[in-house]
Amino acid sequence: MQRKRPFPWLRIAVHLAAWLPLVYFVYGFFANLLTVNPIQYLEQIMGRIAIYWLVAALAVTPLYTLTGYRDLPGRRRAVGLYAFMYVCLHLLVFFGLDYGFNWYETWSLIIGKIYLWVGVLAVLLLIPLAVTSFDYFIRKMAKNWKRLHWLVYPAVVVSILHYGLSQKGDLFTLRGNEVRPFFWLMLTFVLLAMRIPVVRRWVSGTRRKLVVRFRRVPQSNKVEAGQNPLPPGS
Amino acid sequence: MERELKHLEIPSSEITPEHLYLTRRDFMKAAGIISASAFLAACGVAPTAQALQPGAPTPVPGWSPVVPTPSAPVPDNAQGKTTDELGNKLNSFADITSYNNYYEFSTAKDAPAMLSQNFKTSPWSVQVGGLVQNPKTYSIDDLKKFQQKERIYRLRCVEAWSMVIPWSGFQLSDLLNEVQPMASAKYVAFTTLMDTAQMPGEGDPSFPWPYKEGLRLDEAMQRLTILATGMYGKPLPNVDGAPIRLVVPWKYGFKSIKAIIKIELTDTQPETFWNDISPQEYGFYSNVNPNVDHPRWSQATERRIGQLSRIPTLMFNGYYDEVASLYTGLNLRTNY
Repeated sequence: MQRKRPFPWLRIAVHLAAWLPLVYFVYGFFANLLTVNPIQYLEQIMGRIAIYWLVAALAVTPLYTLTGYRDLPGRRRAVGLYAFMYVCLHLLVFFGLDYGFNWYETWSLIIGKIYLWVGVLAVLLLIPLAVTSFDYFIRKMAKNWKRLHWLVYPAVVVSILHYGLSQKGDLFTLRGNEVRPFFWLMLTFVLLAMRIPVVRRWVSGTRRKLVVRFRRVPQSNKVEAGQNPLPPGS
Repeated sequence: MERELKHLEIPSSEITPEHLYLTRRDFMKAAGIISASAFLAACGVAPTAQALQPGAPTPVPGWSPVVPTPSAPVPDNAQGKTTDELGNKLNSFADITSYNNYYEFSTAKDAPAMLSQNFKTSPWSVQVGGLVQNPKTYSIDDLKKFQQKERIYRLRCVEAWSMVIPWSGFQLSDLLNEVQPMASAKYVAFTTLMDTAQMPGEGDPSFPWPYKEGLRLDEAMQRLTILATGMYGKPLPNVDGAPIRLVVPWKYGFKSIKAIIKIELTDTQPETFWNDISPQEYGFYSNVNPNVDHPRWSQATERRIGQLSRIPTLMFNGYYDEVASLYTGLNLRTNY
């Protein structure tokens, strides 16, 4: 029996979510919508959006565990690559727009700045993942592909550390502008925790129970045991 | 890159805030096109190299005599002028009122403009006390008796952006001379209004509200230190700290506390807002200094709002001649 392919709304939603902000930024740059300091604005927002996509890439598998929605796992690669696209845009704005590709000045800026090295580390972790995202490498590397792509976990954590350390305040005492980076870090830990086999089994087990109960209701007019029958006429 | 854009400037005689705003729009469009070509050509060599070169040996760490400093004093009556004493063009009224850090309203830089619209600045009183002979509470009208000055200052944010702003107000020294600090007074402490109903940001528990700032008494008495009550010849806009704010142009912007309700003279160094949050990054002095980096970013260059490429940051924000003597012999690297 051949199942009819459903309309790929999730696929379309992913592409729109990636490209619409860029349309806005290009338009906003020329229409003066990006504050009076558009370079700093773009630098920071590209970084933040990269974080959102990185966390979204980590969320695909847990969401699948949670919902069983079959269209989800197939979107993981696109989400991961869009994360990398925003990482590249963040770097391009930093080196190009902000420092005019002035390597001498950029180097003297980076040297001795821990949060920038943390950012460099995040990029170095992400590059091999993006490069090996083609089908060719997935086939060719076989088991090693999965081993390599385990790097996405530290890469996301390191990226959020870079975000938190770049803010005015102290990430470790949570003073200053650290609420948002802290939120993303905690969400990342939850998403990572959902990959622990015990947790994953518990979540998918609970889901199956819930789905079974949900499906039983419309099939039967009988009231579930232990519940009061509705009074007649209500 | 800003050199290539010079032709976009209009004669100074034509400049009004509204004109400035309109030219800025054109400027930004042209700037976008030029930056796009810079992307392709990778041609942007910013004029900052000499500021980054190590210079002559410095007598005290944190000082650098290499950075060019002007000798022109800041005039008291800058009304009608379109540039500061170094020839930097004023930022537009729209620039100055649409973008700043005012965490009492929001941590987003474009949000305070809207959130502060209905901020109530009248009635308002400023309580001046502590170690003074004549403690006194002033209304905003009372403060008009001090000799009014029009000063064009560069404002250098610790985040490495800057603006050129025409303030009006009076010297803090005039006020302090009236209340007469006692001999034991060493510092001046400032406090912002605490009112979470009007200032929603003050409800954020990540910050030690209310905002507090402080100066050494000799810094407070320096002629450049003013309390501003106006900007661009108009009453101070709410977003810029109405009805009264401090402006200390040789220090990073966060020292210039807004919406002041209390000024107190003390004999101990007062606690300050950002120093409390992150003492290793925001010191009590916070003098603009291209030779002493913020732990997380360089302070050697800055972006003037409205320009695309970075420009060198000047020692004491270009007020070297007027303020350097305050810090003779002080290690500016440890007293950041």
